[in-house]
Amino acid sequence: MRDHNELKKVARNVRRNILKMIHESKSGHPGGSLSSVEILTALYFDEMNVDAQSPKKEDRDRFVLSKGHAAPVLYGVLAEKGYFPKEELMKLRKIDSMLQGHPDMKGTPGVEMSTGSLGQGLSAACGMAMASKLDNAPWRVYALLGDGEIQEGIIWEACMSAAHYKLDNLVAFLDYNGLQIDGKNEDVMNIGPVADKFKAFGWNVIEIDGHDYDQIFAALDSARESVGKPTMIIAKTVKGKGVSFMEDVAGWHGTAPSDEDLKKALDELGGEDNE
Amino acid sequence: MSKIATRDAYGKALVKLGEENQNVVVLDADLSKSTKTVDFSKAFPERFFNMGIAEQNLMGAAAGLAAGGKIPFASTFAMFAAGRAFEIIRNSACYPKLNVKVCATHAGITVGEDGASHQSVEDVAIMRSIPNMTVIVPADGVETEKVIFEIAKYYGPVYVRLGRSAVPTLFDESYEFQIGKGVTLKEGQDVTIVACGIMVAEAMTASEMLKEEGISARVINMSTIKPIDKEILIKAAKETGAIVTAEEHNIIGGLGSAVAEVLMEEALVPLKRVGVNDTFGESGTPADLVKKYGLTANDIVNAAKEVIKKK
Repeated sequence: MRDHNELKKVARNVRRNILKMIHESKSGHPGGSLSSVEILTALYFDEMNVDAQSPKKEDRDRFVLSKGHAAPVLYGVLAEKGYFPKEELMKLRKIDSMLQGHPDMKGTPGVEMSTGSLGQGLSAACGMAMASKLDNAPWRVYALLGDGEIQEGIIWEACMSAAHYKLDNLVAFLDYNGLQIDGKNEDVMNIGPVADKFKAFGWNVIEIDGHDYDQIFAALDSARESVGKPTMIIAKTVKGKGVSFMEDVAGWHGTAPSDEDLKKALDELGGEDNE
Repeated sequence: MSKIATRDAYGKALVKLGEENQNVVVLDADLSKSTKTVDFSKAFPERFFNMGIAEQNLMGAAAGLAAGGKIPFASTFAMFAAGRAFEIIRNSACYPKLNVKVCATHAGITVGEDGASHQSVEDVAIMRSIPNMTVIVPADGVETEKVIFEIAKYYGPVYVRLGRSAVPTLFDESYEFQIGKGVTLKEGQDVTIVACGIMVAEAMTASEMLKEEGISARVINMSTIKPIDKEILIKAAKETGAIVTAEEHNIIGGLGSAVAEVLMEEALVPLKRVGVNDTFGESGTPADLVKKYGLTANDIVNAAKEVIKKK
């Protein structure tokens, strides 16, 4: 589905649900969930070969949310795709819920890897891509990394191995919103120059605006052309995207909106509850 | 008595398993000549992945391979597997209960000359504490091969602890290994020695030495530390009234602790733990080290006599 109006409608629903579920659970990570809505909707509604009615079908593409704290955006997108009823979203982070604070592959249909401890998702994605290659299988592996996350050493171990084993069936997005819990990346621990680093590690690197569907699709198409190299799509994004008072504010990394915040945010986003 | 290191038996078993099962893949961290996965790498180069000196990614990639339907055997030294990569094993392999087999070699102080930095005396404690994890310490080459084939049939994460130095071959092909089952190697009435790994051979010798002094010592090979065989322990406690544990590991958190947990809850009898006494090792030959750190048949004999006095 590359109809931008349709995708934007899905994205708006996902954003509304991210805010509603985090408000309901009184805990969770809105900022980095909102910044990756376009990336995940593009993946699940167009790029990836997946079937919500048959979540374990053999040749499905795999997605790994390496920045596991952005679970609300993944849950929102999976619910829009029909992996589970949307009512489940309001049980986020509550006792006995299938929707854990960070993704749990055992409990949630459509979740391919349990993540949450930063850095580990990319390693797992590498292993999956290795398995697909061993079987000469058609399925591809996608991952989403946070920008703060690449401060973890395991990310660079994984990057080295993905290039070494020529995992051109692996595509990672870097959700480059510039902020982490304690503030700006450049103040906490400078990660730049990001593109140069991944290039130096042997990756096919593409830089885009992570909220622009045309650019996301162009990058994904180009990644399919990559031979012998994994692709890193560095997606410049805005943390808290879509909600004016959350945009580019580090404080919204892991804070739940109040009743008043939620009302204001939903008014800004527009749309209806049951779209 | 013939001798072979459990790591050598592991390397040979992997090749046999690889012939049988196309889904078996092996990962190493630049130590394949030491862990003996090099044999597999030569036999099945397309199914062998050297991940370089990067143990965290080694375990993470193993988890991904398991999620992709493979049966990964991930090998490096025990220090770096259970130590450095603990959290990846916990979160990426055990939490989602993926089919990852961590086969760690060079465990314990008999690594020898490399010294304390490489002598893992904590790995069993660390791995045992992770939910969903199974922990196995084979006693000899024969058992090691059987363990490797058994864990390939079982779905879930497993930690296998292997050694660098050659150890006496205790068993013949008729020996049966089952996950979670201890094996009584020798009957006895006065005391029970529960051992694992290299200490099983020492326990057998100790039992002979005790016999000469008129003490009848039962010997149990407790190769599965988790889930531990409660039944065989309760029976031994009730029938012999005193227990000695013997392991090449810190006495905190390993076999001794696992046995103590069962005894405290199910059948309280006097217990004495033989093991590394909460200290780091040092450089030296394995023979000198086991003497200095109290891991010989003699140490088991002394512990047995002490514990019998407390009955």
